[in-house]
Amino acid sequence: MNLGETFTWLATHWAGPGGIGARLAQHLLLTLAVVAVAAIVALPLGVLIGHTHKGAAVVGASVGAARAIPTLGLLTLFGLALGIGLRAPVLALVILALPSLLAGAYAGVETVPPAVVEAARAVGLSETQIVWRVELPLGAPVIIGGLRAATLQVVSTATLAAYIADTGLGRFLFIGLKSRDYAQMVGGAILVIALALILEVTLAATQRLVSVHVTHPRQ
Amino acid sequence: MSHRTHRFAALVAVAALALAGCSGAHGQTIVVGSQDYYSNEIVAEIYAQALEKGGYAVDRQFRIGQREVYLPEIEAGNIDLFPEYTGPLLQFWKSSTTARLADAVYSELVQAAPAGLRVLDQSPATDQDSYVVTSAFASQWHLTTISDLKGVTVPLVMGANSEAQSRPNGPQGLLDTYGVTCGFTPIEDGGGPLTVKALKDGTIQLAIIYTADPSIMANDLVSLEDDKGLFLASHLVPLASDKVDDKAAALINKISAAMSPSDLVALDARSVTDQLPAATIATDWLKDKGLV
Amino acid sequence: MKWLGLNWPQVVALLGDHIRLVVPAIALSILIAVPVGRLAGRHRSLGRPLLGVATLLYAVPALPLLVILPVVLGLPLRSAVTITAALTIYGVALLVRTAADAFGAVDAGVHEAAVALGYSGWGLFWRVDLPLAVPVLLSGIRVVVVSTVGLATIGALTGQSSLGTLLTDGFQRGIAGEVVTGVVVTVVLALVLDGLTLLVGRAITPWRRVAA
Repeated sequence: MNLGETFTWLATHWAGPGGIGARLAQHLLLTLAVVAVAAIVALPLGVLIGHTHKGAAVVGASVGAARAIPTLGLLTLFGLALGIGLRAPVLALVILALPSLLAGAYAGVETVPPAVVEAARAVGLSETQIVWRVELPLGAPVIIGGLRAATLQVVSTATLAAYIADTGLGRFLFIGLKSRDYAQMVGGAILVIALALILEVTLAATQRLVSVHVTHPRQ
Repeated sequence: MSHRTHRFAALVAVAALALAGCSGAHGQTIVVGSQDYYSNEIVAEIYAQALEKGGYAVDRQFRIGQREVYLPEIEAGNIDLFPEYTGPLLQFWKSSTTARLADAVYSELVQAAPAGLRVLDQSPATDQDSYVVTSAFASQWHLTTISDLKGVTVPLVMGANSEAQSRPNGPQGLLDTYGVTCGFTPIEDGGGPLTVKALKDGTIQLAIIYTADPSIMANDLVSLEDDKGLFLASHLVPLASDKVDDKAAALINKISAAMSPSDLVALDARSVTDQLPAATIATDWLKDKGLV
Repeated sequence: MKWLGLNWPQVVALLGDHIRLVVPAIALSILIAVPVGRLAGRHRSLGRPLLGVATLLYAVPALPLLVILPVVLGLPLRSAVTITAALTIYGVALLVRTAADAFGAVDAGVHEAAVALGYSGWGLFWRVDLPLAVPVLLSGIRVVVVSTVGLATIGALTGQSSLGTLLTDGFQRGIAGEVVTGVVVTVVLALVLDGLTLLVGRAITPWRRVAA
């Protein structure tokens, strides 16, 4: 194993349907699609729970247990039921992303000071208006924090999708792992890590921007 | 360099002592390994149980992975006995081989084994790669041999473990030997239920499934005849290190001789259909054959 | 659940393997993350880069890490040390931030008073800072415990036996009951270890119960 071979591999395998470019695009699209689907489910639910303060205990307990569910297990179960292709990995990854998103949405709304909500109610805002105009903007940094955690988990774990689908950067890892092709294996790993870091830095910057906006809204 | 290396060295020394301490009547512990494949694990378990009955201490290191992962460990002396398959093993050591038939493959394999390792007797039992299609697909395109695939006018997609993509048994081999072009979809279950499901769903048309797999019969699949010799004969063969002495080797050779091709299919069926653990299947088979 | 009836001894053995992988990893994570977190919590200038590194580490995907670590550490691909090291890296990455918050939240006044009373170095950490940080630390340790147990299953992909073996073996043989068993036993193990952590936490902070 030497790093030179890895860099040679990284430099020379970009083109074609199974090349780095295509795999990178598949990986990114899969990640974004999964996080989007999970967000559509989790964010309204989390906001509702945070707003009404009902069901918080259930969320806390299930988020804890959900963290321990092995994604590899879900993936194989769904694979056995749904066959090969993208459906099983998408479903397994959505379930992986739910806890962080739900916890973020719930905690974000929950952390808005009750006095602020009461004040909004006093000036005549409806409950819907309170959610949209007060709780969501003020809770945004924490909600984005949840989005950030979920994205990070999904982009890393999406490597497992290659276990049953011809997609994503995980393909390089599986081929490399099973044929002892260290250059391809390590090269694939470096690509996943790089993509994860790019998404992480982007979302962290977004979170900081939103935080500044929330604490100093007129600047 | 440093503490970590020293500590690791110390750890290795302790582990070595511990291993030496728990060796059996014949002095050394024999490490038996297996592939990450249930059928191979059953055979390894049969070896292990027979050795234990023969008074040897056995350390089981099963479900290690594919050849590319475990063979270096065997060559390094970490594993002493491993159920292997003649054709694929020969191809791994000598990719240029032109041998295809069982005896030719075996005698080349005996020559090819590196120092410190030897192959014991090959068994009549075979478990080799084969291209499999559904019976509906076979009758639609009149397929009995792999050559017949040339007449198929719809795009073909092959499903198999991802290592097939870089091995001679995959799409490249099909193109080189038969002039048939096909796509590739990785399914990491070694020709298991998901591969069968994909065949039946029509997501793939062609799959690599081992001939001893009970699912071929159970699902009415057709194994295409390899008329141009793409696949090497693949008989079950034990790969052994010097730690396997002559008495142990004789024990293992008796097992190989007793195992028929249909035995292997039956063993696999007990695992997949009856859901029995490898240890039970191994014990029953050894008793059945009067080997223990 | 025919499979479970026939194969439960294997489940017990793999549960043992799983525990042997995760317990050292969790213990090491705590031993490493607590002092590092205290350093980061008490010295803000040092803290920011340390926490940055921790976040980056957590961004490293598990499967690639299992593949790269042996190359970096010079170990065989299939080794318990490799997976324990990988799990420890994630554990530390998760826990350092919480540990920094925990020590950062220790009242500066209390800390100064303890120094005035003559506490220093080890005594200050062990008798004053650590007990006060325990409640927050504990919440972080619980997250580490649960996620480490879940993550360890992935070792099955590099040939390390654990409850994850049930997932890959069940998948190959097409036995859903085996896969379900693997998932359920993993989650139950996580919840049991989580409960134990909670109990230990209560036992070592008796003053919190008095206050409550």
